[in-house]
Amino acid sequence: MSVILSVQNVRKTYDGGFEALKGASLDIQEGEIIALLGPNGAGKTTLISTICGISSLTSGAITVAGMDIARDYRKVRAMIGLVPQEIALEPFETVINSVRFSRGLFGKAKNEAYLDEILKTLSLFDKKDSKVMALSGGMKRRVLIAKALAHEPKVLFLDEPTAGVDVELRKDMWNTVAKLKGQGVTIILTTHYIEEAEAIADRIAVINGGEILLVEDKAALMARMGKKQIRIELLEPVQEIPTKLAPYGLELAPDGGGLTYTYDVNAERTGITGLLNDLQAAGLQMRDVQTQQSSLEDIFVDLVQEDGA
Amino acid sequence: MNFQAIAAIYTFEMARFFRTLKQSFISPVLSTSLYFVVFGTAIGSRMEAVDGVDYGAFIVPGLIMLSVMTQSISNASFGIYFPKFIGTIYELLSAPVNFLEIVIGYVGAAATKSLFIGLVILGTAYLFVDLDIQHPIAMMSFLLLTCLSFSLLGFIIGIWAGNFEQLNLVPMLVVTPLVFLGGSFYAISMLPEFWQTVTLFNPVVYLISGFRWAFFGTADVAIGISLGAIGLFTLACMGFIWWIFKTGWRIRS
Repeated sequence: MSVILSVQNVRKTYDGGFEALKGASLDIQEGEIIALLGPNGAGKTTLISTICGISSLTSGAITVAGMDIARDYRKVRAMIGLVPQEIALEPFETVINSVRFSRGLFGKAKNEAYLDEILKTLSLFDKKDSKVMALSGGMKRRVLIAKALAHEPKVLFLDEPTAGVDVELRKDMWNTVAKLKGQGVTIILTTHYIEEAEAIADRIAVINGGEILLVEDKAALMARMGKKQIRIELLEPVQEIPTKLAPYGLELAPDGGGLTYTYDVNAERTGITGLLNDLQAAGLQMRDVQTQQSSLEDIFVDLVQEDGA
Repeated sequence: MNFQAIAAIYTFEMARFFRTLKQSFISPVLSTSLYFVVFGTAIGSRMEAVDGVDYGAFIVPGLIMLSVMTQSISNASFGIYFPKFIGTIYELLSAPVNFLEIVIGYVGAAATKSLFIGLVILGTAYLFVDLDIQHPIAMMSFLLLTCLSFSLLGFIIGIWAGNFEQLNLVPMLVVTPLVFLGGSFYAISMLPEFWQTVTLFNPVVYLISGFRWAFFGTADVAIGISLGAIGLFTLACMGFIWWIFKTGWRIRS
């Protein structure tokens, strides 16, 4: 795999003096799905806008397929499709005309068969001749995706594509994204829904305060940062944790009926055997034992909190 | 040149026009008819001929100009302001197009619309007065250049405007007075001498004068000066728009 998009030390200061990007660097591989995760105001949309030419960069360099985004803007932009976060569509136009407009604007000759195919994939075909204003919110979002795909882009930016979309449609969209990946399209996705990143991304980039905190393979990240927990439900509630169990750093449930033990899966010794033995030695009886693994969301919250600290 | 993009913008903009074809058609016909009834028939019947031209016919070029200028500005300014307002401008900014292609698409569509309206008004005028256009080619050229240059001005206003009030501000406060005081309804020579001099600073005077020359062969200022003035105005607008896209003024953060 080769690098299709390279962001090198990009800074962006808005006219008001706000520095939205503070030297962000990121390399994106051809054909991958990368999720940009970050809290509100982290710089996700600014980064995308800068790459797509909607805002200018203050310093740094961005290349797509080795071409500079400013110098070779025609070739670069013809390769990129953008689905913006806000729904912005000409309300009085029909779906098909909006999509035709996008294809033409990006310099592609007419191809009705291709556009019909996109509309079918996005379950929009029966709304082809409806006016955009008559569509539901979820439908409008799919029109935005259809417009972004109309010129057969190689790189697709999805800025929070499933915000305000119901569960079923979200799953549909994930399938569409997977299908596009299958066709070799590189996908960069920002999202608030961490389960979304967890479900479809190959790699995760965490951005906060205008900097990329980390870029890592999703599975590796979850293994590295992943914590596991054991929840023990007690037969008889206790007032406090017995002193003998202090070294384990247990958490006592508010009602005294349960204990939580957190351990690192990758550690040499997890301490599970010792804990269970000591529990018994302390005279505590167990009703139930559950284990749970931290999700990407927990990892993300930890990272951003560390960054803020 | 991204010709596909120009065609896409042009078609998309013209679709808006065709959606509201009836309004686009009825409103200029109605207002022109009213002008002819009031100025041409009621008042005009008591007025002398101006430079040998019957007053009813004399006001035709000015009436066409009045509509064409205001229509060009409002069409072009709305055409580019609307995408800014509803947010679809993102697509334009991220597309492989340069400023010239965007301008040709938007301004071309706006100018086409006002040219159409200008011709409709001319057609309506034939119902009320006898017209014999002396220089038809010059007439069409002046009409076209006016459509084009005022659509360019409208495009600038649309980019500058931050809200709908501002969108109407320039046409109302600047253009309407300039057009009314630009000799739409009178010859400059009818004014007192002092005001004749003041009027020469009004660019619209040159347009209407040149346009009227194409109709009747009489003009307030020499035809060459008229052509030079409109050419200069077009170039100034083009230059300003080039600067807008170079700096991203009011469109790119």
